[in-house]
Amino acid sequence: MESVLSPAASVQTRPRKKRIQAWKWAPYLFISPFLIIFCVFGIFPLLFSATLSFAQWDPAAGFGAIKWIHFDNYKFVLTDSWFWKSLGNTVYIAIASGLPQHLVAIPFAAFLSTVIRGRNAVLGAYFVPFITSSVAIALIFSSLFSKDFGAINAILMSLHNLPGIGIIFPDHKIDWLLDTSLVKPTVSFVVFWRYVGWNTVLYLAAMQTIPEDLYEAATLDGAGTFRKFWHITLPMIRPMMFFAVSLTLINNLQLFEEPFILLGDNGGIGQAGMTTAMYMYRTAFYFSDFGTACAISWVMFIVIAVLSYGNHKLFALAGGKEE
Amino acid sequence: MNKVVRLAVMGALLAAAVPALSATPVTLTVASFPDLDRDIKVAIPLYKKVHPEVEIKLVSRERVDHVNAVTTQLASGTGLPDLIGLEIGFVGRFVASGGLEDLSKAPYNVNQYQNQVTGYSWAQAKGPNGDQYAIPVDIGPGTMFYRKDLMDKAGVTEADLNKSWESYLAAGKKVKAATGAYLVASPVDIKDIYIRSNLKNGEGIYFDKSGKVIVAGNPRFENAFKLAKEAQDAGIAGNIKQWTNDWAAGFQHDQIATQPIGAWLNGHLAHWLAPDEGGKWRATNLPQGAYASWGGSFYAIPAKSTHKAEAYEFLKFLTLNREQQLATFKEMDAFPSLKSAQDDPIMSEPLPYLGGQKAREMWREAAKHIPEIPINKNDGVAEDIINDQLDQVVHQNKDIKAALADAQADIERRARR
Repeated sequence: MESVLSPAASVQTRPRKKRIQAWKWAPYLFISPFLIIFCVFGIFPLLFSATLSFAQWDPAAGFGAIKWIHFDNYKFVLTDSWFWKSLGNTVYIAIASGLPQHLVAIPFAAFLSTVIRGRNAVLGAYFVPFITSSVAIALIFSSLFSKDFGAINAILMSLHNLPGIGIIFPDHKIDWLLDTSLVKPTVSFVVFWRYVGWNTVLYLAAMQTIPEDLYEAATLDGAGTFRKFWHITLPMIRPMMFFAVSLTLINNLQLFEEPFILLGDNGGIGQAGMTTAMYMYRTAFYFSDFGTACAISWVMFIVIAVLSYGNHKLFALAGGKEE
Repeated sequence: MNKVVRLAVMGALLAAAVPALSATPVTLTVASFPDLDRDIKVAIPLYKKVHPEVEIKLVSRERVDHVNAVTTQLASGTGLPDLIGLEIGFVGRFVASGGLEDLSKAPYNVNQYQNQVTGYSWAQAKGPNGDQYAIPVDIGPGTMFYRKDLMDKAGVTEADLNKSWESYLAAGKKVKAATGAYLVASPVDIKDIYIRSNLKNGEGIYFDKSGKVIVAGNPRFENAFKLAKEAQDAGIAGNIKQWTNDWAAGFQHDQIATQPIGAWLNGHLAHWLAPDEGGKWRATNLPQGAYASWGGSFYAIPAKSTHKAEAYEFLKFLTLNREQQLATFKEMDAFPSLKSAQDDPIMSEPLPYLGGQKAREMWREAAKHIPEIPINKNDGVAEDIINDQLDQVVHQNKDIKAALADAQADIERRARR
């Protein structure tokens, strides 16, 4: 506090020709706590990782062991089969969990916007997974999905024994997290389940800003529920769709916790669920190869930047002249 | 307060001050992880008796967090502990980093104690030049745990389990048919123990002494993959990973009939994995007269520690003091690395969890047969790559020779960096 007050006091007691203009630097002083923290925890790691991506470094050997190797890390990453496998997994899970999120959240939000009673309770219930610790979620799901001891298989087995409809359920226990063909859908489902409520909240908020008279005019013109949804609701929530899809894109491409806990640190059998973020973590902290890990993260940054830009163009295109 | 009392108080204060004056108080920081941190907890009161001037502060983090924290401290050279507990899987990495104190040089000359410690384990903490960077505190002789009750039900004898690998798998089929239990939790378990078995002195698991990758065309790996695949195809291997909830549940629900692993699993089984199954388990030697090393822990001093002399004294206490080694053994079943501790009568005590079997004598004998295996800083990478290829062989029918050739190329590619 004192450091803030004393310059101002000196201005009063010692008037000079050139007065210190407190209002010029005071704003910077007031936002400096944020700036300092941002520089230390934001800018510095960013620059450090960019620098390290051109070096070979085993951190246990100390700073002196940094060896500059130009683009070798990038060459290694781009020719690395594990990297491409992890990128494939990431994109698969991003689409398989991301697309349904929006396809479910938009109609669901449209439905909720017509309901008044109990809406907030339903919304709250759907929002809870989003604010729950992802570690807790993954732990619960890993016990639900357990082959021999999980609740999901137990339910499926008892459904299979039902007369008549039992035949549509599998007759054996399903290895959700160990069967390589099921790993990605299973992880995608957990991610979908987690974020669908968040997207519903976003879309509902957007829908509530749509002026009611648009719908009234449409009703007068004889438009049904579906036409109103298609011609009023959807175009009006387009900016929110852009925002929500961008968030999904960025978050899903950095997916880490859910597969990490559901499948273990190497991404499960055949690395079927190893995302790029997990591979980066493993390269750094298990293989002690920080340079390559930094290069992976920067390649990933470029992928995300390009896809985000594409997403932006796509929405601009769909918007026609309005954009 | 009269004069006499005052004098007595003064005397008592002086008496209390004398030991404090004789040596300056030092606080040693030890960084460790569960379960090894219990070793330090056992040691603190014992060490206080001989070195009351030394305070010991234990910083214990989860296994991987511990390694990350120590790595960061070594990288920045700040906040370093005076003593680091290391699991075998991470020793190679830290030894190669150069961040640890070379204990074979003066003033330590630790090689004078080499004969007192289990040889193969001592060799595991040697650097490329034969320098000693860490000292073993416990060892993990490989053994086979099995469920006596399930074997009896299936009409399988102990000899069936360890006569040969073929008879082991044949026994597994009987067990599966009679009880529904898997022979092993995972095909990886068979591979893991097989590739660690019957190594020659100086031959590493994935790398030889000169750092050359020895995976492709190596019968040790080919047979390991073949046996793992056979077990999977016969339906006698589950898909249960170690250290997962399913693993513990498998032990508790009679789903896992045998577990080839380090002898230390006895403590884990009895304490938390399956405490209610006490008396049903037994241990026996590995199939076909194999001896393998599985696990083990070490202590090392960072080169930038500020209390090296005191840390070294404590390190010697932990690793070379018979009383301390035995106290830890009693507490957490960590098999002592110190040879003199291995001759204690406690080794002949019947183990209640194993139905009163005197299994420690067997493990002590096994430890004597384990060869000296050099470790490599890339062992962790190699293990990952091998496991990935094994998955493809077992689950996607990849050809074993092709898988090992791919693994060899992958390991070389990464290890060259």
